[in-house]
Amino acid sequence: MSGSIKDRVAIVGMGCTRFGELWGKGPSDLIVEAVHEACADAGIQIKDIEAAWAGSIFSGHGGRSVSEPLRLKYIPITHVVNACASGHDAVRNASYSVAAGIYDIVLAVGFEKIKDEGMSGLPGMDNVTHTHAVATMPGMFAMMATKYFHRYGLSPQEGKTMLAKISVKSHYNGSLNPKAHLRNVLTVERVLNAPIIAWPLGLFDCCGVSDGGAAAIITSADLAKKFRPDPVYIKALQICASPTSGRVTTDYDFTHVEEGYRAGIAAYKEAGIKNPRKEISMAEVHDCFSITEAVTMEDLQFSPRGKVKDDIDAGIFELNGALPVQPDGGLKCFGHPIGASGIRMLYELYLQLQGRAGKRQIKNPKLGLAHNMGHEPLAPTVSVCIVGL
Amino acid sequence: MIGITSYGAYIPWHRIDRQQFAKAWGGFAIPGERAIASYDEDSLTMAVEAALDCLRDIDPPAVDGLLFATTTSPYKEKLCSATMALALHLRRDIQTADITGSLRSGTTAIGFALDAIKAKRTNSMLVTASDTRMAAPSGINEQALGDSAAALLLGKKNVIAEILDSYSISDELAATWRSETDTFIRAWEDRMVMDESYSKVMPEAISGLMKKSGIGPKDIAKVVFDPPGDVRRHGRVAAELGFEPAQLLDPAGIFMNLGLLGSAMSLIMLVSALEQAEPGEKILFAGYGNGADAFLLQVTDAIKKLGEHRGFARNMESKCMMTNYNDYLRWREIVPVDQARRPERGHISVAANWRQRKDILGLWGIKCRRCKTPQYDNGGITTTPIRVCAVCGAVDDFDDYDFSRRKATVFSYTQDQLAPAADPPSSVVLIDFEDGGRMLFDLTDRNPDEVKVGMKVEMTFRKVYFDRGITNYYWKARPIRC
Repeated sequence: MSGSIKDRVAIVGMGCTRFGELWGKGPSDLIVEAVHEACADAGIQIKDIEAAWAGSIFSGHGGRSVSEPLRLKYIPITHVVNACASGHDAVRNASYSVAAGIYDIVLAVGFEKIKDEGMSGLPGMDNVTHTHAVATMPGMFAMMATKYFHRYGLSPQEGKTMLAKISVKSHYNGSLNPKAHLRNVLTVERVLNAPIIAWPLGLFDCCGVSDGGAAAIITSADLAKKFRPDPVYIKALQICASPTSGRVTTDYDFTHVEEGYRAGIAAYKEAGIKNPRKEISMAEVHDCFSITEAVTMEDLQFSPRGKVKDDIDAGIFELNGALPVQPDGGLKCFGHPIGASGIRMLYELYLQLQGRAGKRQIKNPKLGLAHNMGHEPLAPTVSVCIVGL
Repeated sequence: MIGITSYGAYIPWHRIDRQQFAKAWGGFAIPGERAIASYDEDSLTMAVEAALDCLRDIDPPAVDGLLFATTTSPYKEKLCSATMALALHLRRDIQTADITGSLRSGTTAIGFALDAIKAKRTNSMLVTASDTRMAAPSGINEQALGDSAAALLLGKKNVIAEILDSYSISDELAATWRSETDTFIRAWEDRMVMDESYSKVMPEAISGLMKKSGIGPKDIAKVVFDPPGDVRRHGRVAAELGFEPAQLLDPAGIFMNLGLLGSAMSLIMLVSALEQAEPGEKILFAGYGNGADAFLLQVTDAIKKLGEHRGFARNMESKCMMTNYNDYLRWREIVPVDQARRPERGHISVAANWRQRKDILGLWGIKCRRCKTPQYDNGGITTTPIRVCAVCGAVDDFDDYDFSRRKATVFSYTQDQLAPAADPPSSVVLIDFEDGGRMLFDLTDRNPDEVKVGMKVEMTFRKVYFDRGITNYYWKARPIRC
């Protein structure tokens, strides 16, 4: 394998709706608002889009789900379904089409209308024989927390306090973001006293459940500066799908995500990064649950194995820390409209790199990393995207 | 020699103090407690558990037939013993039949099994009797009934109790009944049933058998027969027949601790008698219900060589007291309850169930012939059946591997408060099997506070889903019971 996407394509326009329980908005609102903002940002018209990739797992059904609300006329559109990595995979496919020299201007859009279900959590994903244990997504990730605490000798109080600090940090960042769903500031005490959802995870260890949409306009590196002076270049696009052996064989430790680790290694190789902790300026990772963010810090080699607690306690991942994580508030505050999340993460990195992040602005960032983890820890699909100036 | 070659029993882990019924409804509480099948159990699953106990040291393919006796079959139309045969790993070329509708279906099944073996139609037959009868809330029968199952293996080899003779009486009386549309049992006045049926039929069957066999009460070491609704009448019948109290297997203890167990009652009593039996003893055994079946048994030396079984005594001691009556109402779906705000589960596919019948009902996995790794997968939409080894990548180069009878250790767990559960929280465990293989399972019959990493578990057959009249049966983990 010799190919690399590094510096071959660039994002020149992005859009993102406010995320939240958008009772009054349907999928077309989310798509039209995100894409129109992205086009305006890139200074192009809808008709300039030559091809599109749409990420969504519940709200979309084929490429028409995007052409119809936008009235995109007679262009190729592909619907990408790849669990929580659907948004990143839409960007990946769109980028490859440009890198291959097929198109000059393409659209990647992610969207999800979750809150039409009338219940908390995500719509169901049972297997056909109903033999899967009756656990929710919080339950599946909670088992990773149980095992992490057990392996590293953390008492429930110590482990839960470590996780609480993750949520407190993200909520502070989210409070600064007008597009976030949840904008309340938390305390460790409040997180610890919240009702249990799936032991040991409590309410504030879980991300919100929201509607939202986000979009990116992608062009070739050669053309990028014709659209804007500060395009954001793609440095790496990697996806790692599980062979699902974690659920079947006894060698998986359940305190890391092998697919996340491998997607990270592949992305660092593609981007030419030797020391991720030093070289990455900021990260938006898949914090569907607090434990997921903790383990991801180790999978991405930001923290040594079993040592993320030290970095959390030292404030490394806070907005003013050495490696800010979830500067926009993360899934914790944005919720997780599945197809939209990956592109929402890139939207924050894009704004930060261009110095447009307002109160959340990180000083002089060079490289940003976005990470999505689909399904559950025993059988995940993980994407890692790296972007930079 | 034809007779019983092994026995087993299953008593649900959950019991309720009968005071809970009186607390809910007022009025009188029968002393003691009763056994209650969990929300994920029915007569079929309990019969499987009793049969597994019975077959503990027996190679399942050696069994030539299976009879399921019950008044509470989960199906009006569909053979339950065919489902059970897959869970028990029995062969395909066997007799399977459900014997339903009568409280003496258990003893009727023993008679049929005996005849089939005598007629050389089969060499062995597994008889199971199981009941989960329901009486309408607030009535005395709600307190009196209990849920349990028993299993007896009949055959010619290693007979522990030879069946010497049998005798039956048929009697027409609507003592208890349920029509096609009744959920709860109905009963005629107790006193008439006892005066005109039980107190006449049982002596007729027992004395008829003694006369036919040319023996008297003094030749019998133990007399084992099920009681009527008023348990005190049992002793009176025995006395009238000339038996001393010491000869009786007294049903009072079973009634006080478990309740009236329907078609399983007489068989559970026999299992209890066999647990205490000595070689050479004669046991007179009978079951009542629209008549009676009586059998004369002689215990052999082989009973001393029978391996360990949970049987009656150990099952009886292992219990968890339910703390309220509401759980019983919820588990039996007697009152409608609020549904969890969670996604509706999809329909049952008979085709998918059938395709995977062996690994779903029998918990058969695979063992890779190349790397020797045992594997099973119950998670993904596209992951079953396993065609490619998860470790070495070998394709279709596997042997069948039985996970159902293996013990495992909890690798991690959660107590999920959000998942819909009849007995919240939903306890879910990732378990490592003793000789390899890892799986995710629901954990049942557990105290949530006692679940931890490293806990030992075993597999138990349960119902997991109901849709459009079909019940999906599958396996769950449970802490090692006793």
